[in-house]
Amino acid sequence: MLRVEHLRVRYGAITALHDISLSVEEGELVALIGVNGAGKTTIISTIAGIVKAVNGSIIFRGQSLIGKSPEDILRLGIAVVPERRHIFPSLTVEENMRLGAFSRHNRSEYRRDLDEIFGLFPVLKERFHQIGGTLSGGEQQQLAIARSLMAHPELIMLDEPSLGLAPSLVDQIFSLIVTLQSRGTTILLVEQNVERTLEIANRLYLVNTGRIEMEGSPEQLKSQAAIKDVYLGEGKSGGGKP
Amino acid sequence: MIVFEFLINAISLGSLYALIALGLVIIYGILKMVNFAYGELIMIGGYLLYLVGLNTNIPWLIVAVIAVIGAMVVSYFTELVAFRRVRVKSLTALLITTFAVSTLLQNGALLVISPRAKAVALPQIFSTSISIFGVGTPVRNILTIVISISMLIGLTILFRYTILGIALRAAADDFQMTRMLGVPANLVISSAFVISGAIAGVVSLFWVGRTASVTPTIGQGPLLIAFVATVIGGMRSLVGAVVGGFVYGVIFSFIGVLLPQVLLDYREAFMFLIVILILLWRPEGLVKVKYAEERVG
Repeated sequence: MLRVEHLRVRYGAITALHDISLSVEEGELVALIGVNGAGKTTIISTIAGIVKAVNGSIIFRGQSLIGKSPEDILRLGIAVVPERRHIFPSLTVEENMRLGAFSRHNRSEYRRDLDEIFGLFPVLKERFHQIGGTLSGGEQQQLAIARSLMAHPELIMLDEPSLGLAPSLVDQIFSLIVTLQSRGTTILLVEQNVERTLEIANRLYLVNTGRIEMEGSPEQLKSQAAIKDVYLGEGKSGGGKP
Repeated sequence: MIVFEFLINAISLGSLYALIALGLVIIYGILKMVNFAYGELIMIGGYLLYLVGLNTNIPWLIVAVIAVIGAMVVSYFTELVAFRRVRVKSLTALLITTFAVSTLLQNGALLVISPRAKAVALPQIFSTSISIFGVGTPVRNILTIVISISMLIGLTILFRYTILGIALRAAADDFQMTRMLGVPANLVISSAFVISGAIAGVVSLFWVGRTASVTPTIGQGPLLIAFVATVIGGMRSLVGAVVGGFVYGVIFSFIGVLLPQVLLDYREAFMFLIVILILLWRPEGLVKVKYAEERVG
């Protein structure tokens, strides 16, 4: 479905991505893991058309995404829930949702989609007329995901959805991701919470200093000493991110 | 009854200033760019009133509509021709471009028309007074209130209930995210410029209406008013701009009445003194946003 090859991205003099190749198949839940600053968010931003690649190709369903604008890429079926949610703080939940459906035009469909989304996110129904900036962190994350679903994306890219959330909310978000996949949405997930990610992902890429260091199923990655060492705190150096 | 006359005057100036400020902040909100060419849109409106009004027999109301549409079209083209090219570059480049466009339009008027003030034909209604509660009140002031307030109501409906208006507000919150939801950047920005131009056009009718003449630098006054009003009201919200403009206009009227005759020449100095006091009291402006700015997850 999505194929990224030899992607190279630079911010000024600094090369953020050296040579990234990865793929996501229809219906899969693929995760990108790695320490802060490894380049995971840059990968997502480049696919979304916010950051320009110096080199390499991004093909989604046979179409090249290189040089396309963020709005065109959304219309092709890729939605992004960026790091720190980026809900519109001065807009109500309702207005956030209406914008999520911007790329769709049918009004009756909007109503139906909204009802369906309320089933997944009951709290948003209660908060429907509230200003986005006054929601709690967990509610904002739910709003960000719900908003992106309004566009009916085929691939949804989630950047650190559990960041800064209380443990019980983290559970909620992870089970939501599983639900989304079971509903047929393909997911590319960036996460710091490696332990939980290993439980739900079909395949993972370990990103390190702008390169793919390792790729494989959760079982394959778990067996690698480096993962245990850095991410699961089982090795002698320990103390990685929980 | 003097009070009544004063009130009409103050509200008239306040609502006009509110409109002036809104036209500037619509663009600032989205591009974080102070459009220094905004005043020239008002100038364009004024010159259209002069050119079309003087050389044809078209009824004034239609001339006014032409002036407003002219300001909208010029606003749209300044974005298309000048700002769009530098938008992806730095904000500084964009800001300097607005100065360039402003200078270009001003000098254009200077060359093509005249450096001297041109008299603009206005309909009778601008110079008549009617008696309300036994007080002679200029119809122009009442007209300013009615048109400004209707325009503000119309814009409120646009911003609150239409998908374009919601997208414009969203773009002011977070432009990149708005694009990631499929809202085309150019649509949002062009619309903002067209709306700003429409406001400038309507403002030009009343601004020119005060002196019945137009000069190449006529836009400088309203630009400064808009800038100061948005600073008083809070740069970050449309409501702030409207409140700031209204407060500015009302205070300015007050000063005009309260100052003794000899000090009247220093009216603006007193105005800015009050602006400084307001900013010392509320550095973020009168209207604060209702939520905490979120930086960390």
